[in-house]
Amino acid sequence: MDVLVCVKRVPITGGRITLTPDEQDIDTRYLGFTVSPHEECAVEEAVRLVEAHGGSTTALTLGPEAAEEQLRDGLALGADRAVLLETDGAEWDAGATAAAIAQVVRDQSDAGVAYDLLLFGNESADAGGYQVGVRVAHALDLHCVTGVKQLEIRDGAAVARREGPGGFEIYELALPAVITVKEGINLPRYPSIPGRLRAKKAPVERLRSERPAPGLEKVRLRLPQGRDKQAEMLGDGAAGAERAVEVFRQIGVMPP
Amino acid sequence: MIVGLVEHDGGVTSELSLQMLTLGRRLADRLGVSLTALVVGAEARRAVDGLAAYGVSAVHVAVDDRLDEYAPGAWAACVVDLMGRERPGAVLAPGSDRGNEVMAHVGARTGLPVAANCTEVEPGDPYTVTRVRWGGSLLEEARLRGDVKLLTAAPHAVQAEEGPAAGGFSVEEFSPALQEKDFRVKVARREERAAGKVSLSEARVVVGGGRGVGSPEGFRPLEELAELLGGAVGCSRVVTSLGWRPHADQVGQTGVRIAPDLYVACGISGAIQHMVGAKGAKKILVINTDPQAPILAHADYAIIGDVQEVVPALVSAIREAKGR
Repeated sequence: MDVLVCVKRVPITGGRITLTPDEQDIDTRYLGFTVSPHEECAVEEAVRLVEAHGGSTTALTLGPEAAEEQLRDGLALGADRAVLLETDGAEWDAGATAAAIAQVVRDQSDAGVAYDLLLFGNESADAGGYQVGVRVAHALDLHCVTGVKQLEIRDGAAVARREGPGGFEIYELALPAVITVKEGINLPRYPSIPGRLRAKKAPVERLRSERPAPGLEKVRLRLPQGRDKQAEMLGDGAAGAERAVEVFRQIGVMPP
Repeated sequence: MIVGLVEHDGGVTSELSLQMLTLGRRLADRLGVSLTALVVGAEARRAVDGLAAYGVSAVHVAVDDRLDEYAPGAWAACVVDLMGRERPGAVLAPGSDRGNEVMAHVGARTGLPVAANCTEVEPGDPYTVTRVRWGGSLLEEARLRGDVKLLTAAPHAVQAEEGPAAGGFSVEEFSPALQEKDFRVKVARREERAAGKVSLSEARVVVGGGRGVGSPEGFRPLEELAELLGGAVGCSRVVTSLGWRPHADQVGQTGVRIAPDLYVACGISGAIQHMVGAKGAKKILVINTDPQAPILAHADYAIIGDVQEVVPALVSAIREAKGR
């Protein structure tokens, strides 16, 4: 089976976020980049499915030139092809992102490359729009299940399990389909040394697309109200235990 | 008119839906229009009566035999059908998995933008919304365009609050135009969650461990501590990535959101993705060797020291205190 997996380049934020002076972005001068956690699992899932059923994995991202790094990470994990839908670095809203991805899939289909499965993360770590996968599915008239935490392919159909109210919901759908996954569906592997070497040299297909007028347009970012607290020090090492027990009683998690 | 898509479980309106209606009512008041609710499926009729208390003037009940089980496409078709009938200025849904999923379908069907997880809504054309990014670590002000404004309400950003009753209250059933293809994706079957252990999301005490716990075996004292306090064990993303604990134990943006009376965070540095999952904790006790760890900024109490020394000491201190 042939799988397309879509990822997004996002900064690796640590203990606190700093914004750029114009409040348009996170200050990434001292940060590395990765893909959103759900998508890391989507890549792993694609590679596992292809290992089990044969076929190929294509990793795609819409982003700046530097997002090539995230495609190479995907190649190192086992993806066979990589497609960079290059932007000028400005943020695209979900509608524009989905339309551009759907157009790539259509163009590839015209060129004889058809996908059985399109995998996405349930939502990106940064913008968190919760809709790109669904919009791509609609544009291509495909079935779509979101938030999947277990996926099985049997006889050309997908059995997808996800959390629902009070337990799990199971969906069965024919392929081709769009599935958005959540972290926990698998534990992504570490890329192997040969994988990394192969990824370094592998070609990345580049396409360009112009950003349409946004329907949801970022005005500015701001940090939530400060939560900086002055912690009460209960002591050093084991010596803090006794005071901790008093606190537990005070706040009612232990009987007085 | 503002429409709120209300979710319910077995006829009980979800808390997130009541929060969404509260946000919707404030928006409707600002605009001087009515707030109405949409519920899907005949079983939903049982959920409608309580909605008047939240200022809802009318409830539209979408009725069709095929709406017995959740089907995202069909729910979206009900919303789109109602949009055609009632021409609302905005449609809101709770920022739950379902709410975000259904609104994504509505956006895709109508070609309208959707703003997910809003905390504030300022009417106008376009609307100005504040929405959460990074699971709540960052806020975005954005312009939301479209003939009908589509948005979901961020969980727990607005407290559910009853409001003055609208002039009247009516319940109207309607049969939405649904096609077979709207049901192509539908819940085939369900599995109940295994009962027994204290669930992480509902635990009154959570003992969480990070890289500083040292190893999978290093969690044993944390488990003991959790058991003594009637709580559950959680962990950071590093720990699940290392394979020390199952993903179901992960607290954070891509894991479980906890809301305990006490969160004991052991050997956790405090990445923002972890802290948004622990935002609901009333008190946080940090146990960490590093007095400069970012997590200290979130701590109410702290013990500076090694987890493997401090947690066993805590366990014996609690045992001793209980024995007295």
